[in-house]
Amino acid sequence: MFSKILIANRGEIAVRVARTARSLGISSVAVFSSADKDALHVEACDEAYCIGGAAASESYLDAARILQVAQDCGAEAIHPGYGFLSENAAFARACETAGIVFIGPPASAIDAMGSKSEAKALMASAGVPLVPGYHDDDQTEARLVQESERIGYPQLIKASAGGGGKGMRLVESLDEFAAALTSARREASASFGDDKVLIERYLTKPRHVELQIFADSHGACVHLFERDCSIQRRHQKILEEAPAPGISDELRAQMGKAAVDCAQAINYVGAGTVEFLLDQDDSFYFMEMNTRLQVEHPVTEMITAQDLVEWQLRVAAGGALPLEQVGIECHGHAIEARIYAETPQRDFMSAAGQIKYLSQPAADPGVRIDTGVRCGDMIGINYDPMIAKLIVHADTRSAALAKLAHALRQYHILGLNTNIGFITRLVTMTEFRAADFDTGYIAKHQTQLMAQDPRQLQQAKVLAAAAMLPAFELRQPAGRGHSAWDRRDLWRMNLSADLCIELEYEAEINRVQIRREHESWRFELEDESYLLAGGWIEPACMRFEMDNQRLEFPLLREADAITLSHQGQVYRFALPDRSHEGDSDAADADHPRAPMSGAVVALPVALGDTVEPGSTLIVIEAMKMEHAIVAQISGSVSEILFAVGDQVDEGDTLVILEVE
Amino acid sequence: MSIIESRISNRTDEFRQNSSAMRELVDDLQAKAAIIAQGGGERARAKHLGRDKLLPRDRIDRLVDPGSPFLEIGQFAGYQMYGDDNVAAGGLIAGIGRVHGLECMIVANDATVKGGTYYPITVKKHLRAQAIAQENKLPCIYLVDSGGAHLPSQDNVFPDREHFGRIFFNQANMSAEGIPQIAVVMGSCTAGGAYVPAMCDQSIIVKEQGTIFLGGPPLVRAATGEVVSAEDLGGADVHARISGVADHYALNDEHALSLARDIVATLNREKKPDLVLRDVIEPRYPLDDLYGIVPSSLRKPFDIREIIARLVDDSEFDEFKELYGTSLICGFAHLYGIPIGIVANNGILFSESALKGAHFVELCAKRRIPLVFLQNITGFMVGQKYEHRGIARDGAKMVTAVACARVPKLTLVVGGSFGAGNYAMCGRAYGGRFLWMWPNARISVMGGEQAATVLAQVKRDGMEARGESWSEADEDRFKNPIREQYEHQGHPYYASARLWDDGIIDPADSRRVLGLGLSAALNAPLENTEFGIFRM
Repeated sequence: MFSKILIANRGEIAVRVARTARSLGISSVAVFSSADKDALHVEACDEAYCIGGAAASESYLDAARILQVAQDCGAEAIHPGYGFLSENAAFARACETAGIVFIGPPASAIDAMGSKSEAKALMASAGVPLVPGYHDDDQTEARLVQESERIGYPQLIKASAGGGGKGMRLVESLDEFAAALTSARREASASFGDDKVLIERYLTKPRHVELQIFADSHGACVHLFERDCSIQRRHQKILEEAPAPGISDELRAQMGKAAVDCAQAINYVGAGTVEFLLDQDDSFYFMEMNTRLQVEHPVTEMITAQDLVEWQLRVAAGGALPLEQVGIECHGHAIEARIYAETPQRDFMSAAGQIKYLSQPAADPGVRIDTGVRCGDMIGINYDPMIAKLIVHADTRSAALAKLAHALRQYHILGLNTNIGFITRLVTMTEFRAADFDTGYIAKHQTQLMAQDPRQLQQAKVLAAAAMLPAFELRQPAGRGHSAWDRRDLWRMNLSADLCIELEYEAEINRVQIRREHESWRFELEDESYLLAGGWIEPACMRFEMDNQRLEFPLLREADAITLSHQGQVYRFALPDRSHEGDSDAADADHPRAPMSGAVVALPVALGDTVEPGSTLIVIEAMKMEHAIVAQISGSVSEILFAVGDQVDEGDTLVILEVE
Repeated sequence: MSIIESRISNRTDEFRQNSSAMRELVDDLQAKAAIIAQGGGERARAKHLGRDKLLPRDRIDRLVDPGSPFLEIGQFAGYQMYGDDNVAAGGLIAGIGRVHGLECMIVANDATVKGGTYYPITVKKHLRAQAIAQENKLPCIYLVDSGGAHLPSQDNVFPDREHFGRIFFNQANMSAEGIPQIAVVMGSCTAGGAYVPAMCDQSIIVKEQGTIFLGGPPLVRAATGEVVSAEDLGGADVHARISGVADHYALNDEHALSLARDIVATLNREKKPDLVLRDVIEPRYPLDDLYGIVPSSLRKPFDIREIIARLVDDSEFDEFKELYGTSLICGFAHLYGIPIGIVANNGILFSESALKGAHFVELCAKRRIPLVFLQNITGFMVGQKYEHRGIARDGAKMVTAVACARVPKLTLVVGGSFGAGNYAMCGRAYGGRFLWMWPNARISVMGGEQAATVLAQVKRDGMEARGESWSEADEDRFKNPIREQYEHQGHPYYASARLWDDGIIDPADSRRVLGLGLSAALNAPLENTEFGIFRM
C-alpha cells in the first residue's frame, strides 16, 4: 500500500478521498488554486501545495505542475477524483512516465472509452447491446425500409447533419415510414443542404441505469450492482439511487454481466461505470463508460457497505479486489441528492455567491453528507457549483425517500440560491415515490415541480416581515443598566402599536401590517391574518408560534434583503429603501458606478460621445447575465476607466461624464 | 428586603366592578387618543401625503430607534379648547424618543392641523417640551413644518414672556448649556419660524419641501414688489447651496430623518447615571390588577401599597416610619433598577404625615435618590384642633421640602389632587420633571361638592344676615352649576388640554411611563439640595 498520495482535485471529492486515506494511515497531499487557499479540502489533507491561479486551466488542469508537486513531496500515487484530469489519458501516461501511480484505469482504457462512436463500435464487437440503429451511407429507400423493420418501433428518423429537431420524424409503425422518410429528407435537405438520414430506435420512457464495476490488475472484475440516475436536469444527474427500483434479479444479473464484459473488453483496471439506457420492456443498451469514480458512488457504498476509494487504492497498489462477486451483497436502499447552487426557476441556471448560513441535517447512521464547503465559503464562481451530496440509506426505498425528504427539510443554506426546495418537492411527489419515472421526468412535471405553494409563500412573507419587527430582536437579559427604553415593542402612549413592513418579492411590493395584541403580534397580509409570538433565538434563527404552529427557521437579515428558509424552500425578499428616491441629480450621475462585480463585455460609447439619459454607457456581464449601465443625465463622455474584458468590482466608477 | 404582600383578590365583585369602570375610562382615553393621532383629519392627511410628505407621527417613527418607545407629552393639548377649531395635540407632537440610544426631545409640527400654525396652546406645548429638554439635558430635534404664529391669536402667542419668542431664547440658552439643537426643515418655516433652524446647532432641509424665509412670497411682493417663488426665495437649494442657513440637503423625508439620526450619532454624549443601579426585576403582581384596585369613586379609600406593589421592581418596598403618620406612605424601592423614594397618600394629610413626608424628602435629597409621588389627596386636615396644633406649620415643612428638593421628582396622580395636598405632593407648580394622571383622577382647588357647599354657606350666611330666606331647592339650583363646573374643570381631559400635566396614562402603563421618564431624567447630573427655612 502507498504511504503518501496526492489528491489532484478539490471540493467534496478531495475531502472524501482524504478521509479514506487517513483511515488507512496514508498521508494525503492537497493541491489548491489561489482561490481555494482556505478551502475545506486543504484543511482535510496532511499537506497542501498551491498550484496556481483560480482558473482551472491554471491550476487543477495543470498536469505538469501537479506532477511536479507529487514528485517534490514524495507522493507515490495520484488520485484524480472526478472531472479535471480524471479521464485524461495523457495525464495518466505522464504519471506512468514520472513513476507515479495514477489511481485509475490504464491510459489505453481511457482512450478506448474517450470517443463515443469508437466506444460503441468496440462494445458492439464485444457483444454489449447498443441502441438499435442504422448509420450507414447506403440511403436507398429499400435499404432504409429494411433497416427500419430490423430496428423496430417506435423509431426516429433524423437528419445526419442535423440538430435541434429539424428533419426529425417519429415513426410508430412501418405504415408511416415512407411518408415520414420523404418529409424528413425534404426538411433535412432544406435545412442542411443534405438529405442523408439515420434511423434509431426511439425509447419512449428510457431510464438511465448504470453499473458500478471494479477490476483489478490480476484479471478479476466484478460489479457492485446498479444505480438509477434517471432524474436529470440539463443532462446532469441530480438524484441517484441504488438499487434501481423495479429491476428483477435476472435483469440485474444480465446488466451486470454486460458491464463486466464491457470492462474486460478493454482490459479495464480500477473503478468504472457502465451506463445503459433501460427501456420499458427491460431491454437495455450501452451508452458510455466512465473511467473514473463517479460523483454518485456513495449510494453504491451505502448498499454494499464497501469503501470504493479504499478499493481504488488497493487495486492501484497492485492488490486484488477485496471481494469476489458472490461476496458482494446488496442491503437496503440508498438515494443521493446533489445539492447545487442554482436557480431551478431560471432553467437551473448556476448561482454563485457566499454561503452565509449553513445548517445540515442532524447526524444519523443512515444519513451521509459529502461536502467540500463550509459556512462562509464562496460557491460557483470558479468551479462546479455543487455544494454537497446528501445520501441516505434505509431498509426500503420508501423509508429512504422519507428519510431524504426529512433530511432535506433540515438542510438550510442561505446566501445563494440552491435546488434544495426543488429536490424536496421532487422526492415527495406521488409519481416519483411510486418509481414511475424516466429521464424525461423533470421536463414532464415541470409545472408541478416549479410551482410555489401559495400558502407557504404567504407564510414566508409574514415571517420575513417578522424579521423586521424590533420586538422580536434577541433580548439582552434585563440586567443592571437596563432601561425601560430598551424594550422595542413600539410602545406609543395610549395608541396601538403598529407597523407596516414593505417587502419586495418578484418585483412586487407586499405590505405586511403588524399590530401588537398583548404579548403577541397580529400580522396581516392581503386578507390573511396570523398571530405570532416568539422571535430571534440566535443571530440567524427565529422561532415562532404562528397561530398554533411552531416554526423554527434560519434566516439572514441584511441591509437590503431578508432571506429565509421555510419548509425546505428559500425565499428572498428585498427591502425597499426610499431614502434615496428622487435622487436623479445625485452625486453619482456624472460618474456611474458598477452595480455589481463582473466583466466588461461591451462599451458602446467612445470618448467625446454625447449621451442622453437612457443611453447605454457600458455593459457588464455578471452571473451569466448582462447588465447595461445607462446614463442618468445628458453630457459628454470625458473619461472611460475600463476596457472590454476588464474585471470591475461593485462600486467602481466606470465612466466620467461631463455635464454640458 | 421587604416584599409587599398583596391583599387584593381579583375575584371579588368590587374588584370586577372597579376593573370594568377603569377599563371603560381607558377605552375612552384610547379612543380619543386615536382620534387625536389622526391630526387634522382625513382630507388634510391625504393632501399632506399627496405632497410626498410623511405624516408627523410617521416621521417620529422613522427618527427614533426602530421599535423603541416614544414618550409623548401633551397628547391632549388643545383638546376642546378652541370651539370648532380642532387643534389636535395642539398642532404639535412632542415627546422623548431614543435616537442611536440617546434620549432626545422631539418636537414635530403637524402641518395637517391648521397648517401647523402656533395657537396659544401650541406655544405652551413647545415651551413645555423645551423645559423638559432643558431640565433633563435632552438633545432637541425639531421637525419643522409650520406656517408660524396663528395670526388671529397673535395677542396670545406673540408678546409675552412665555410666548413665541421664548422658543428661540430657549434654543440659544440650551445650545449654550451644551444641549444640542437640531432642526429638520420638512415644510414651511416662515417668519419667526425661520429662526428655529437658524438658531439650531445643525439643520437639514428637504428638497422641494422645506422653505425658510423671514417673509414669504406674498409679504415680499407687498413690501418690495419683488415676485419670487417660495422655492427660489428659500428652498432647499437656496439654503444648502447659497445662503448656508441649512447644513444638510435631504432628498426626501426619509432621507432627512436618516441624516438627523446621523447627526445624533456624532453628538459624543453618553448618559452616566450617578446612582447605584440594580438588576431589573419585574413586579411580583400583574400590572392589570391596577384596574381593579382603585375604586370608581374617589371617596372610597384603598391601600396605596397595592399600587406600589405593582409599580416597583420585585414589589420590594422598604417602608419608612411605617407606624407613624400612617396616612402618608414613604419608602425606598427600585424602578427599572434605579433607586427611588416613594411618597404616596393613604388618606388625608395630618401634621404627623406632613412631618414624616418632610423628613423622607430630606433623606432622598441628601442621598440623591429620585422621588416618585403617588397622589390621591383630598387635602390637609382642617378644624380647630389641627389649626391649634399648627398643621399649617407642618404642612409648610413638607411643601418646603418638596419645593426645594433638587433630585428628579416625578408625580403620578392616581386619584384626587385637591387643595394644598396638591402642593405638598409635588403638583405642577413644584418643579417636578414629569406629571401624569390616570383617567379616573380629578384635580381642583377642592372637590366640587365642597366648593358648592362652601359657596352656598357663604351665600346663605349673607342672605340670612339680610334677613332673607333661601329654600333648599334654591340652594341646590345654586350648587349644581358649581358642582358641574368643578367636575368639568377637574377632569383629566380638561387638565391635560391645558398642559397642567404631561399626559393621561393607562394605569397599566404606569410602570413603563415612570420608568421612561425617570431614565430620561437621569440625563441631567444629580444635584445637591439646599433647603429653605423649615418653620419649626
